[in-house]
Amino acid sequence: MSSKTDPNPLPGQALRLVESRLEDGRVCVGLAGDWTLARLLPDKDVLKKLQALGDTPELHWDLSAMALLDSYAALQIWQAWGGHLPVSIQGSRDHLRLLEHWQEVPGMVPVLTPRRSVAQIMEQTLNKPLRNFFGHVLSVLALLGQLVLDFGYLLANVRAIPWPDVIGTVYDTGVRALGITALLGFLIGIVLSYLSALQLQMFGGEIFIINILGMSIIRELGPLLAAILVAGRSGSAMTAQIGIMRVTEELDALSAMGISHSLRLVLPKVTALAVVLPLLAVWTSAAALLGGILSAQGILDISYRQFLFKLPEVVPLSNLLIALLKSTVFGFCIALIACHFGFKIKPNTESLGNETTNSVVAAITAVIMMDAVFAILFMAVGFS
Amino acid sequence: MTVTAAIEIEHLWTQFSDDLGNIKIVHQDINLTIARGEIVGLVGASGCGKTTLLREIMGLQTPSQGRVRLMGETLDGFLTHTAMATAAQLCGVLFQRGALFSALDVFENIAFPLRETGIRDERVIERLVIMKLLAVGLQPQNAWLKPAELSGGMIKRVALARALILEPGLLLLDEPTAGLDPIASQDFVDLLAGLHRQLHFTVVLVTHDLDVLRDLCTKVAVLADRQVIAYGSLPFVLQGRHAFINDFFHNLRAKRVFQNLGYEHG
Repeated sequence: MSSKTDPNPLPGQALRLVESRLEDGRVCVGLAGDWTLARLLPDKDVLKKLQALGDTPELHWDLSAMALLDSYAALQIWQAWGGHLPVSIQGSRDHLRLLEHWQEVPGMVPVLTPRRSVAQIMEQTLNKPLRNFFGHVLSVLALLGQLVLDFGYLLANVRAIPWPDVIGTVYDTGVRALGITALLGFLIGIVLSYLSALQLQMFGGEIFIINILGMSIIRELGPLLAAILVAGRSGSAMTAQIGIMRVTEELDALSAMGISHSLRLVLPKVTALAVVLPLLAVWTSAAALLGGILSAQGILDISYRQFLFKLPEVVPLSNLLIALLKSTVFGFCIALIACHFGFKIKPNTESLGNETTNSVVAAITAVIMMDAVFAILFMAVGFS
Repeated sequence: MTVTAAIEIEHLWTQFSDDLGNIKIVHQDINLTIARGEIVGLVGASGCGKTTLLREIMGLQTPSQGRVRLMGETLDGFLTHTAMATAAQLCGVLFQRGALFSALDVFENIAFPLRETGIRDERVIERLVIMKLLAVGLQPQNAWLKPAELSGGMIKRVALARALILEPGLLLLDEPTAGLDPIASQDFVDLLAGLHRQLHFTVVLVTHDLDVLRDLCTKVAVLADRQVIAYGSLPFVLQGRHAFINDFFHNLRAKRVFQNLGYEHG
C-alpha cells in the first residue's frame, strides 16, 4: 500500500461505469466500485459520461456492484438523473436510500437584497464615509473626556494610579524602541547631511550645514521620525492587544470585576507614550545629528568640535522645547487613537486586521496634521 | 481488498524540553491499533497528553519517536505538504473550541474543505452544505450567521458539519461535549451515533464525559503514566486495577452513570 509504487494510492476499489446490452435489447449502465468524492473528482470523463447518459430514457441502471457511495457522488448521480429515480434500476437498499435522500434536501433560502435607489447609493459612497469619520472623531473625543475624568479621579485617589501598567508600557514602547530609532535616525542624518553638503558646496556656504541640520532635525525630523516609528510599532501593538482582549472576552471580564477600561487600559498607555515620545524624539535627534556630524566631517571637513560649538548658537533652545511639546502631544494622540481603534474591533480576524491598519494610518495622519498646526502656531518662535 | 486498521500507533514516544533543558516525557512507547468503525473514547487525567496524542494522529505534531499510520498510510514524512494533504483527506477534525474561521459565515466555513478539493459547481456545494447542516440539526437559514453570532452548542454543530463535509473515514474529536449543557450533550451523542450508523466512520474522541463513554463509545482507551494502560470495551476497562481507573470510574458519580450497564463495581 505504498504510495510510490501504486499510481492510485487511495484504498479500496476504482470506480467504473460500464455499458452493456441486456437480453431484451435495452442498454444497461453498471456503476461499480467506490463512488466517492476522492475517486469521482479527478475522473472528469466518467462524470461527463454519467451526465450524458442520465438524460437518456429507457436505460437500465445496475448499482449492485457498487461498493461505496458518499454524498457527493450520490448528488452527482441524482442530478444526472434529473432529480428522480430512473424507472428501471437495481441496487442495494442503502445506496438507493442515500440517492433518494437528496429529494428531501431543500434548496438554499435565498437572501433577498432590496434594490438600492440612487439616493441610497449616494449615501453609501459619500455620506457614510463622512459619517464614519465624524463618528471616529466623536468617539475619540468621548475617550478623551473619559480620560480627563480619570485623571481627576486619580488626583483625588493617588493610590489608584496603575503604576505597574504605566511602567510596563514605558519599557515596551520606549526602552525596547531605542535600537531601531537610533539606527534610523543615524541613517537619515547621514543622508540629509550628504545631500545638503552637495548643494551647499555649489554656493560655497559649507558652514550653513550646521544651521540646516540643526534646525531640521531638532525641530522637525527627530520628533516626526520618532512619532511615526512609535505609531507603527507601539500603536499597532496597542490596537491589536485591546482587540484580542475583546475576542477573548477579557474586556468583559474586566468590566465584570468593576475595573474601568479607560483607567486600566487607556490611561497607562496614553500617559506612558506622552512621557516616552519626547525622550525618544531627543534620542532620535541625537542619533541623526551624530550621523550628520560624521557625514559633514567626511565631505565638508567641518570638525565635530566646530559643529557642536556652533550648534547652540544657530539653533536657539526654544526649538528643543517646541520639539518636546510636540512629541508629548504626538505620543498622547497616538496612544489615544490606538486605543480607540482597539475598542472598535469586533471578534473576528478580518476586523482585527482592518482596525489595526486603520489605527496606524489614522495615527500617522494625525501626527503629520498636528505637526503642520504646530508649524503654523510657532511660526515666529525659535529662529535666531 | 485487505482490511487495514484505521489507526496504528507503533512505539510512539513524545518528549518536550523546556528552556532550561529539562526533558518531560509525555508518551512512553505507546502501541495502539484501532480497527475501522470503532468509536474510541480516549480518557485520562488533565495534562496527561490526550490532546497531544490526538494532534500526533492528525499530523499536526511530530512524535519524538515511533510512527502513526492512518488507514494504512504511513505519515513518516510528517508535516510535509503531501503528508498534511493525506492526513487532511483521511480525517475530519473537531477542535475543542470549534476553530471556525471567524471572518467567514457558517456556509463558507462548511463549504471551505469542499472548495479546497477543487469543486467549482456552486449548486453541488450548496446542496452538500445544506445536507450537512440538516444532518447536524441546524436550519438552512443559520447558514448566513457569522461564528461570533452562534451559541456554544451551535459552534460545535457547525464545526462537526465542517469535519464531516468530505465524509472522511476517520473523525477526531477533541472534547466534543465540553461546555455543552446536558441536553445539548445528549443531542450530540445521538447525532454522532446516527451519523455513525449511516457513514460507518472511525471516531477517536477525547472526553471526560462518562455519559459519552457509556452511550457512544464502543471502545475506551485509558491514558495514564505516559502509556495506554487499558484498551477495550467499557466493562473490560472497568475491571482494570490501575489507580487512575479507580479514581476515574469507581466513584459515586461514575456508579450513578454506570449502574444500568449491568456491571458490578468492585
